[in-house]
Amino acid sequence: MKKPIEAIVKAGDLPVGFTAQPGSTVAFKTGDWRSVRPVLDREKCIYCGFCYYYCPDGVYQDMGAEKWYKPDLDYCKGCGVCAHECPKKAITMTLEEV
Amino acid sequence: MIEIRFHGRGGQGAVTSAELMAQTAIGMGKFAQAFPSFGPERRGAPVTAFLRISETPIKLREKVYEPDVVVVLDATVMNVTKVDQGLKADGVLLVNSHHGVEALRRQYAFTQKMSVIDALGIALEVLKVPITNTVMLGAFAKVMGQATPDDVVEPFNHRFGPSLAPKNLEAFRRAYEAANLEGRA
Amino acid sequence: MSKRVGIEVSLAVAEAVKLADADVVAAYPITPQTHIVEHLSELVADGELDAAYIPVESEHSAMSSCIGSSAAGARTFTATSSQGLALMNEMIFIAPVLRTPVILAIANRALSAPINIWNDHSDIMSVRDAGWICLFAENGQEAVDMTLAAFRIGEDPQVSLPVSVNIDGFTLSHFIEPILLPDKAEVDRFLPPFKPVIKLDIAQPISVGLLAPPESYTEARKATDDALLASKAVVKKAFDEYEAVFGRRYQVVESYRVEDAETVIVAMGSIAETASIAIDEMREAGQKVGLVRLRLWRPFPAEELAAALSAAKNVAVIDRHMVLGVDNGPLGLEVKSLLYDAPNRPRVFNYVLGLGGRDVTRDDFRDIAARVSSSQGVQTRYEIVGVLA
Repeated sequence: MKKPIEAIVKAGDLPVGFTAQPGSTVAFKTGDWRSVRPVLDREKCIYCGFCYYYCPDGVYQDMGAEKWYKPDLDYCKGCGVCAHECPKKAITMTLEEV
Repeated sequence: MIEIRFHGRGGQGAVTSAELMAQTAIGMGKFAQAFPSFGPERRGAPVTAFLRISETPIKLREKVYEPDVVVVLDATVMNVTKVDQGLKADGVLLVNSHHGVEALRRQYAFTQKMSVIDALGIALEVLKVPITNTVMLGAFAKVMGQATPDDVVEPFNHRFGPSLAPKNLEAFRRAYEAANLEGRA
Repeated sequence: MSKRVGIEVSLAVAEAVKLADADVVAAYPITPQTHIVEHLSELVADGELDAAYIPVESEHSAMSSCIGSSAAGARTFTATSSQGLALMNEMIFIAPVLRTPVILAIANRALSAPINIWNDHSDIMSVRDAGWICLFAENGQEAVDMTLAAFRIGEDPQVSLPVSVNIDGFTLSHFIEPILLPDKAEVDRFLPPFKPVIKLDIAQPISVGLLAPPESYTEARKATDDALLASKAVVKKAFDEYEAVFGRRYQVVESYRVEDAETVIVAMGSIAETASIAIDEMREAGQKVGLVRLRLWRPFPAEELAAALSAAKNVAVIDRHMVLGVDNGPLGLEVKSLLYDAPNRPRVFNYVLGLGGRDVTRDDFRDIAARVSSSQGVQTRYEIVGVLA
């Protein structure tokens, strides 16, 4: 098979200095990489914050007075670090429905 | 164009001598070039510095191999360095020594014209330190007709500042008045 | 009105940076460059130059700081030599693609090993393909003039590229000689304030230093190369403007007594002055020898050099750097490549000399001319001048 052209831009059309507008990762929803999602059993949760601190993508949001942490599923990649670190085994990685 | 090589020991001001005389000549509207023999600088080690003075722009950037004048700031260097190496047959050897011309000729077999001055004696008397560069410059300026005491005032002031410049000007002037070719002062 | 002074070339370069009113100097001392940044640190400490002097802990940090400050819109200068340039290497390749017009004075010195503090061109040649505009000075006056021109060229909105001003270590940097130092009003007429093309600004943030995947890396490199090649026109324009303000004429390639010359010597840097004297002497003896000198090394001035060499029968190219593992030095390779398609292709000879501070004298050029005129065939590999037979 002939290799398709990989180039996505012409040299002359690049911004000077190869710069870009910042914050582009916000628009890049990584949640669709996920095959399993974290599901929290709030009965077991002690609001220790381990999931919040350990999440490599920073998707957990502190719910404050409700005393729990909520993952933003637009960005959660389903890595399972939160479930692994949770001292109360309150997080279960559950298969995404297809 | 005349080419000059200075011999001294690290810390005695051989490089400064070449620089001051270049700045003096440039201040007089001439062209000049001064540069050290490049390398790690070590106090006490034999050092050389080079100087060219010309009425026209100088483009030559090689070292000086056949000088018109050799200036020896420290007599002890003559025991370890052949200071008249490459000196032109009609060149001039200017030596800081308390010995006479003939004694030096006998000891080192110098054949060129010479001028000897007790620069160390003048330096110790005027500057109170054994640094002979400005004294030797006075002798050089006189013997070679390159500058007068008036010509060095500005470069000396710039280099030495208000506290040391007058003493160095005095040292220069003392040598300038005393030095002569084929003589000892 | 310019002032004629007897000054060490390194100090004069620092004075030029002061006249250019640099905003940031980030540097680490190394022989034989030290006097440049030492004097700049004095000028800043004494309040004569209103700049931030950043005494970094390494040359890598020096160039990192310079790229950052340039991207933030500050007129930026640094200087280095040899191992210092080698330690900067990683950042040297970054500045051009980010289009940060850092000005770098290199007091050219041999690269280790063996360790050597003296002059040759191995340092700049090690980064010759990094994307910097490279200027070479022949004497102290040019070191000052090229430093001022470097700011004008690099910061031109059409260019926005870093510029190195190459000053032979010791044989230029440590010479005291007469130099016309321009006054501030003249410099201000020549050099407009820095208006950065890209600028890090909290109010209007941008991302600088991005990843380029296979889909765009080629294009990002090509865009930089296009900018570098296009900068030659701005270099020429800046030299014209320099002449208009200061009265000194500079060209990217300069010829000396090449008319009717059978052998033309090609050189860069301060040895060209000594070469010109040797050529005067050889001409007096009836030898048809000329000199071509590159002031601009990158972007390579191909058309101008080809024109300068168009009538030569023999071209003797001098390299101050030994490329290990190939038959010619960097300038030798460029000239051979340039002349391959020339209509009257001359014979090209390549000579390596003046490495690690070995003095380059008129005799070396006489030796080269004699070797070329006695040669019957073609030279297959560079020859070294000034070594034991």
